[in-house]
Amino acid sequence: MRNVAPLTQRELAASFLSPIAYVVGCVFLLFTGYYFVTQVLVPGNEASMRPLFAAMTGILVFAVPLLTMRAVAEEFSTGTIETLMTAPVTDAEVILGKFFGVLALYAAMLATTIPHLLMMMAYSQPQLGVVLFSYVGMLLIGALYISVGLFASCCTRHQLLAAVIGMGILSIFTFLVDYFADFAGPKVRGVLMYVNVPAHFDEFTKGILDTKSLVFFVSTTVFFLFLATKVLESKRWR
Amino acid sequence: MIQVKNLTKYYGPLLAVDNISFRVEEGEIVGFLGPNGAGKSTTLRILTCYQPATSGSATIAGYDVFTQSMDVRRHIGYLPESVPLYPEMRVREYLNFRGKLRGMDRSAREAAIRNVSDRCWLGEFIDRPIGQVSKGMRQRVGLADALLHDPKILVLDEPTIGLDPTQIRETRNLVKELAKRHTVILSSHILPEVEATCERIIIIARGRIVASGSPAELRERIAGASRLIAEIRGPQQEVESAVRAVEGVRKVDCTLRDGWNRLAIDTMQGKDPREHIARLAARHDWPLREIRLESGSLEEFFVQITAKQHAGEDA
Repeated sequence: MRNVAPLTQRELAASFLSPIAYVVGCVFLLFTGYYFVTQVLVPGNEASMRPLFAAMTGILVFAVPLLTMRAVAEEFSTGTIETLMTAPVTDAEVILGKFFGVLALYAAMLATTIPHLLMMMAYSQPQLGVVLFSYVGMLLIGALYISVGLFASCCTRHQLLAAVIGMGILSIFTFLVDYFADFAGPKVRGVLMYVNVPAHFDEFTKGILDTKSLVFFVSTTVFFLFLATKVLESKRWR
Repeated sequence: MIQVKNLTKYYGPLLAVDNISFRVEEGEIVGFLGPNGAGKSTTLRILTCYQPATSGSATIAGYDVFTQSMDVRRHIGYLPESVPLYPEMRVREYLNFRGKLRGMDRSAREAAIRNVSDRCWLGEFIDRPIGQVSKGMRQRVGLADALLHDPKILVLDEPTIGLDPTQIRETRNLVKELAKRHTVILSSHILPEVEATCERIIIIARGRIVASGSPAELRERIAGASRLIAEIRGPQQEVESAVRAVEGVRKVDCTLRDGWNRLAIDTMQGKDPREHIARLAARHDWPLREIRLESGSLEEFFVQITAKQHAGEDA
């Protein structure tokens, strides 16, 4: 696992040198700013960031796959995967390195919402504990989304396709599951409710650290990272 | 150092490498020669653990490429055909990154980067972004990367493709220089390339090894029953029949060219009747202006093989 650090470093540096990160970051700021001004920073509303974070789970469905799409797909389309996979580096190290690289970029993007919080603190007294938990929740959601995005990026050498696949999978988790649960029978409904991302995230924005949700986020993230590793491995056999 | 046994690789239904076996000893410099699509790159990719073989085995420095992949990778420096590099990184950054992946500590990396930038003439380009350097320079960066950890074995896939003539010569000299310290296996579809640098040539066509040996050995084999060219002035029929009677001569073709009889003489295996022919001419007082042994060129042999392959494809 000692190779994860240099891979993470390279991934992060590459993200900052490509325009995608900046464009996605700007659009992300635009949307969060809009939600903050129209939904949160409204006279008479409760001093809580909850509506903003709830909106962000939706925005991230589209933002995160754009951050992860190049991670593996680009290595395949430019052929650099060949030098990478003939160096003494395991497939799991490659995936983890990329995962932490994008996670760091995501954390930086998330940090741009802190001025919103400071602005709110200037006018009212939000509960900082709740805000802190919400940020932990945002990091967990981000980790999950990134792992799904990486899995998508491993599936194809076309970056755009990787982004669309990632958005598709994440839309199911975030938007569709809730909708389908209404029509499903009791057993299926239980499963659908369990994989409903916004519902798990809600616990965090209430200031509750629910182990069930924590386990959901961590295990699903690990599961998709595992899938990504297996897809990467299987590519050699073709 | 490298041992390949009955290696076979299918891409789906397509047979890319067909049951090849060969050995490379320590310190040898071996050229893999074959037309495009002959299976050279595939073989090298299997040796460098990038792709698994369908069947057969290969060991490198005593490690199996499939089961001991990490050990093999530590002992190999590989330059892939397309020289893939990260364009946004500077040359030094890239080499530093690669050094980290090789598990070298900071001082080892610095020393190694200094060393390879000298050996591959990276010069002032070391601090340029890779995306801005020329194809020839990229090739050198790729080579520098392959040399970085001072590997026992160097695998170079088409190291001179896309270079200009000066760079080709420089690269050839570098490869020869490298052979003193490393075992080198390189591939090429250009014969003079391999002939100039390699001690041993393995010719591969349609996934099979069709010939292997030193350039001299191969040339000898092609020559087989060798051919003499002689030019003698004299009455054509007399000359022809007299030469045909010389011991060791199998067949004579005579053509008249500006007053001289040009004789193409096929000799029997292992015989060299040049001396007898010279004496014969002297005895009859026929002027002899040329007599030489025509050795078959490797190029011709290679073209034959390639042609056979194309014929096979057409069929």
